[in-house]
Amino acid sequence: MTQTTAESPARKQRAQLKVRTLRTDRWWLAPALTFAGLSAFLIYGFWAIFDASYFVEPYIAPFSSPCLATSCPEGARFLGLAPFGDWYGLPPGLLILGLPAGFRVTCYYYRKSYYRSFWLSPPACAVAEPHKKYTGETRLPLIIQNVHRYFFYGAIVIGAVLTYDAILALVHKPAGLGTWILLVNAALIVAYTLSCHSCRHITAGRLNHFSKHPLRYRAWTFISKLNAKHQPLAWASMFSVMIADFYVRLVAKGVITFPFA
Amino acid sequence: MGYKAKFRVWRGEGGDGKLEDFTVEVNEGEVVLDVIHRLQATQAPDLAVRWNCKAGKCGSCSMEINGKPRLGCMTRMSTFEESETITVTPMRTFPVIKDLVCDVSFNYQKAREIPSFTPPADVRPGEYRMQQIDVERSQEFRKCIECFMCNNVCHVIRDHEENKTNFAGPRFLMRIAELDMHPYDVADRKDAAQEEHGLGYCNITKCCTEVCPEHIKITDNALIPMKERVVDRKYDPLVWLGNKIFRR
Repeated sequence: MTQTTAESPARKQRAQLKVRTLRTDRWWLAPALTFAGLSAFLIYGFWAIFDASYFVEPYIAPFSSPCLATSCPEGARFLGLAPFGDWYGLPPGLLILGLPAGFRVTCYYYRKSYYRSFWLSPPACAVAEPHKKYTGETRLPLIIQNVHRYFFYGAIVIGAVLTYDAILALVHKPAGLGTWILLVNAALIVAYTLSCHSCRHITAGRLNHFSKHPLRYRAWTFISKLNAKHQPLAWASMFSVMIADFYVRLVAKGVITFPFA
Repeated sequence: MGYKAKFRVWRGEGGDGKLEDFTVEVNEGEVVLDVIHRLQATQAPDLAVRWNCKAGKCGSCSMEINGKPRLGCMTRMSTFEESETITVTPMRTFPVIKDLVCDVSFNYQKAREIPSFTPPADVRPGEYRMQQIDVERSQEFRKCIECFMCNNVCHVIRDHEENKTNFAGPRFLMRIAELDMHPYDVADRKDAAQEEHGLGYCNITKCCTEVCPEHIKITDNALIPMKERVVDRKYDPLVWLGNKIFRR
């Protein structure tokens, strides 16, 4: 095929409309809301990771779990372990932040959402993007998005830890409101993690003969149903983790003091 | 009850042209293509528009209606306000021949670049035995009517003409996925998808899925699974090691 450039004669053979888009609907609303939602999450996460009020018996804030540093209160340590010794002086949440953050950053849904809302590539369908060149995920740094499945393995661990935290709170009598908030959050996090496209691929998506692997095919069918809800689960779990984390910190700070908190 | 609708239609040859205003009668139950035909019959006899089945199955009448890629025959006039001006243009990614008719030969060239179905050498036609669950995943992709609206809306080539050389577009990446998932296809398509057909250009913003008139989940069921298969081949050392050890 003839090599073309943005200003080539081939480009000029297209309908020469000088407007960015002829769409008349509110195409800007979805990227604007996404931008606001993701920005709120980033700002909250930045604040939470440096906030010290992350533990109050029997709750641990999800942003700081598992707590793996010696600086963690004894009851907050995951399985009583503290593999990071006294030398580690930074907030304990930073130790594990990379796994859930990496999972969300490389998630196929979030990629769509931030490519559209932050990078405007494109901001909406049939709306011209502002960039002169585009190479997509063919080279650094975006080719790194291909590591998504490794973050998925890490996110499975984080989902299990949050479930363990919620169950610990549940067996603590009496179970307070925070217990149920942590349980709902853990359920949404696990559902979001399992609905991931990489999980769908690993279960059986990579196979061409489903009939030879009936159990994997059944797992794939189940994950495919979850996968169809990946976007709503991404948002629901993002808000639930913020709400759960903020609730625990409010209890830990003594702002929330009602019985069965 | 009929009414007079305001239409702005792209008129011109090659890339040169302009939007022209028309007032056209619209009757109950009509679609945009009906109105374009009335315009042709009453006011603009030389207006060029490609159409065939008027049933959303031939993929001929792809156009952009109020800036959105749509099939003219499947866009009901009742979805617009009577006072609304409806703008109709040709697809923006392909060269214009005349008025609403585009030269879509880019797509046929890309189709030819994909090696056809390649069965094992020792299996003859008539000997294929496949279970339904093995083929139904790729049957979804066979619903494609080749309207090329997915390739039209994809920003990789819509906004960057220079990428047309290296990018097959969602329609043909979906074709590669369909063949790669086929139980009897033995051609190596993963490296080619990434290196020759530009799968890495796709940033999964799902516009192809949004505009597909057959509601094929192009991104979720074809492009992302294909990206994951490419990861198996090129970017996942554990899968590579597993394949070596178990000789898969």
